[in-house]
Amino acid sequence: MHMADALLSPAVGAAFWAGTVGTISYCSKKLTDTMEEKLIPLMGVLGAFIFAAQMINFTIPGTGSSGHLGGGMILAVILGPYAAFIVMASVLTVQALFFADGGLLALGCNIWNLGLYPCFVAYPLIFRPLAGSGGSRRRLTIASLLGGVVGLQLGAISVVIETLLSGRSELPFSTFALLMQPIHLAIGVVEGIVTAGVINFIRAARPEILEGSLSARPLSAHLPIKKVFIGFLVAAVLTGGVMSWFASSNPDGLEWSIQKVFGRPDLPGQTSGIAHALKSIQEKTALLPDYGFRKADDDKGRASATSVSGLIGSALVLAGVLLIGYIIRALRRKSA
Amino acid sequence: MFDEGYFNLGYLDTLSYKNTFVHRLDPRAKLIATVAFVVTVVSFPKYEITGLLPFFLFPVLLFSLGDIPVKFILKKVLLVSSFALFIGIFNPLLDRQIVYSCWGFPVSRGWISFFSIMLKFFLTITSALLLIATTSFPGICHALRKLGVPGIFISQLLFLYRYLFVLVEEAMKAVRARDMRSFGRQGKGMKTFVSLVGTLFLRTVERAERIYQAMLSRGFSGNLHLMRPHRVSGADIVFLSSTMVLLYLFRVHDVVGAMGSLSMGTF
Amino acid sequence: MSHHIVEFQDVRYHYPDGTAALNGLSLRITHGEAVGIVGANGAGKSTLLLHINGSILPASGSIIIGDLQLTAQTRKEVRKKVGMIFQNPDDQLFMPTVYDDVAFGPLNLGLGRERAAERVEEALRIVGCQGLRDRPPHHLSSGQKSSVAIASVIAMQPEILVMDEPASSLDPRSRRQLINLLNAFDHTKIVASHDLDFILETCERCIIVRDGRVMADGAAETVLADKTLLEENNLELPLSLKNNPLPRHKGAAMNDLDKLKHLIEHWKEHNKEHARTYREWAGKAASLGKNDLAGVLGEIAAETSRIDELFIKADGLLG
Repeated sequence: MHMADALLSPAVGAAFWAGTVGTISYCSKKLTDTMEEKLIPLMGVLGAFIFAAQMINFTIPGTGSSGHLGGGMILAVILGPYAAFIVMASVLTVQALFFADGGLLALGCNIWNLGLYPCFVAYPLIFRPLAGSGGSRRRLTIASLLGGVVGLQLGAISVVIETLLSGRSELPFSTFALLMQPIHLAIGVVEGIVTAGVINFIRAARPEILEGSLSARPLSAHLPIKKVFIGFLVAAVLTGGVMSWFASSNPDGLEWSIQKVFGRPDLPGQTSGIAHALKSIQEKTALLPDYGFRKADDDKGRASATSVSGLIGSALVLAGVLLIGYIIRALRRKSA
Repeated sequence: MFDEGYFNLGYLDTLSYKNTFVHRLDPRAKLIATVAFVVTVVSFPKYEITGLLPFFLFPVLLFSLGDIPVKFILKKVLLVSSFALFIGIFNPLLDRQIVYSCWGFPVSRGWISFFSIMLKFFLTITSALLLIATTSFPGICHALRKLGVPGIFISQLLFLYRYLFVLVEEAMKAVRARDMRSFGRQGKGMKTFVSLVGTLFLRTVERAERIYQAMLSRGFSGNLHLMRPHRVSGADIVFLSSTMVLLYLFRVHDVVGAMGSLSMGTF
Repeated sequence: MSHHIVEFQDVRYHYPDGTAALNGLSLRITHGEAVGIVGANGAGKSTLLLHINGSILPASGSIIIGDLQLTAQTRKEVRKKVGMIFQNPDDQLFMPTVYDDVAFGPLNLGLGRERAAERVEEALRIVGCQGLRDRPPHHLSSGQKSSVAIASVIAMQPEILVMDEPASSLDPRSRRQLINLLNAFDHTKIVASHDLDFILETCERCIIVRDGRVMADGAAETVLADKTLLEENNLELPLSLKNNPLPRHKGAAMNDLDKLKHLIEHWKEHNKEHARTYREWAGKAASLGKNDLAGVLGEIAAETSRIDELFIKADGLLG
């Protein structure tokens, strides 16, 4: 499930972008230091492969609905976590642009949700220990299945948290989580089975491709546990920071917004002290001054402005915008 | 369904190579302007509606100046499987406090916030699509590189873009072969899918090996160089600064309110 | 004694799975020669080509390219001398735009941006693709892709051009253009192909390979006209010799006048194709209701067709 711009607040979007950019930089540095140059075309073409494979759907047995491939796990198994994360990030970037999946601000969240968890949690902590040296088909299947499920569960809960922190949706945490997690359990199981199938297919046809990632090398050679924990710590601090910001801005100037929308300042449920709270928010968000708040000050004198003026204003603005577009088109036609 | 996805992809890509005023602008300017636009739109609080309306000016300008087919993009926006819609629709159900009565119809806060989410959804998604419809993907990669994104990620994006169309076409052939020989749901299950994707994967790895050979034989030693001197022109500066000024004005001033009271005053 | 030689001496190679690909292969190609390599699938043609630019190294025997013995240390130098054009242009053109792709080699040679830019312009001009510079490869036709692939290699100014099935994905017109283009080059050329007519028209010498060994080596007209020899090697007579067993003349080294003739032919074809494309799109524009645009495109088409006459005139002046 792709996170969408419209559900995000700028702070949450920016925080996850920061986390994503940090991870991309870290992975890039890691790869520049250690990577064989042969990997550059392989990563690129595998990105295109995942993109193409995601466009193919298949029927999920017993339901009649169709599923498709996520790809994070397969990439991690073949390329290792760093390269896999970069590839996932590139696939999601292209999808955000060409398919408009989610939007540009939400892209940070989406790379985090669909790239980080499979590559840096499910793969090193679930898949690798369970798959062992890759000798047994059954172990590979179980490892892929559990890896797929865990990766998607984390991604889904992450979407819930991002949405709640942004405060655009009314859904309470428990309802939202109860809605998201079971759906993604099903998707995760399907993804796990398909991942297992593809990995087993590759193992049968070209076992040497998997050798690098499934050989009996100790896990630490691939991904130091310590760094994983540091990564989690950073993520936790980041999330905490956003959470506290959200907590302070929770009374989000609702009354003022409504007044501005409908030109009526008195609404039921208005509590005292909100003006004070809003002032402190305005200081914090000085970069993007709260429209509603400013308006509240300006509007005190002309509270008589009626909703009719609001409606007329809206109509005029939209008509003006469309007129401009129409005129430009007409001029272009004429000059062409 | 697959064919249509591929067609849309290709058409959007073709649009991005048009030659209009908007297409000629520096990709960096367009990228920065788009991001600023999205952040500004999203920064409006939950119950904002009128403040968002002036922002329709931006897509309208890009559509008309960039000569982008409106219907095509709108269809894409409407068809995009919308998580925002799925989540937003709960707002009217959960937040039923009536705050306003519109000619006798009660309007709840939930509907207002839902409508606000939909407006934001439309504006942000359209702007992302318009960015790629007016800027070639390699151009965007250049912009990202100039803005300091790591080289490895850029070469990853470039390779992905280059082989996207090749592999999607290959996948399409395989899907056609599958669908031609499967009837109803029979033959479209996971087993076929796995071997189809597995085969595609193996071919992809072989292709990567051939590409690497081709790169080596042209002296590849780890770096992808790109040559495209993008000089910032006056038009870029005017475009970016006027966008920023407008975004600021629309964000801070109540354009709709002003228009409304102005017209009320006149009549 | 000429430089730019390619010399294989008793070269052996087998793939990791044990399949022998080259079995004591020896050959010698000298400066300016155009040599066709033919043989059935699995005969070892591709393996032979991969050795020439050091993509793989021989298990035993020696390979000399120019004045260098091919080893792991010298393969980078060897690659500067050898321009390798791979069978599938999609594998060869890996950069996102034509321009970046043709610039890839020169930049890797360490040329500065300006000199690299000059090389790119020149290479694109030679193959007649200046108009395509900002296009991404997936917007090109197969003929255009193949021309750009050649440009991307000649921009590195190699001494030896090596081609693997250059005409396999081309329609007849593009194939003809490629033949004209290749005949205008004075590089040492090594072409592996199943298209024996193509070899006959572009190469004066032909080598038949089977089971990783040279089975025949001689003048193309002689080798490719020998029905028994060809059939022994799972090949058959080229179409052009089937009805007309007399081998046609194939000029050995060409002088500049001949080259110019070929080039003019090549340019003329390109120009015709452009004119046709403009006209086609003028029609499409008209059907979209963009009549003014259709008009302008039509004018461009007419103007381009007028250039045709100039080419015909130029052709006539060559005598």
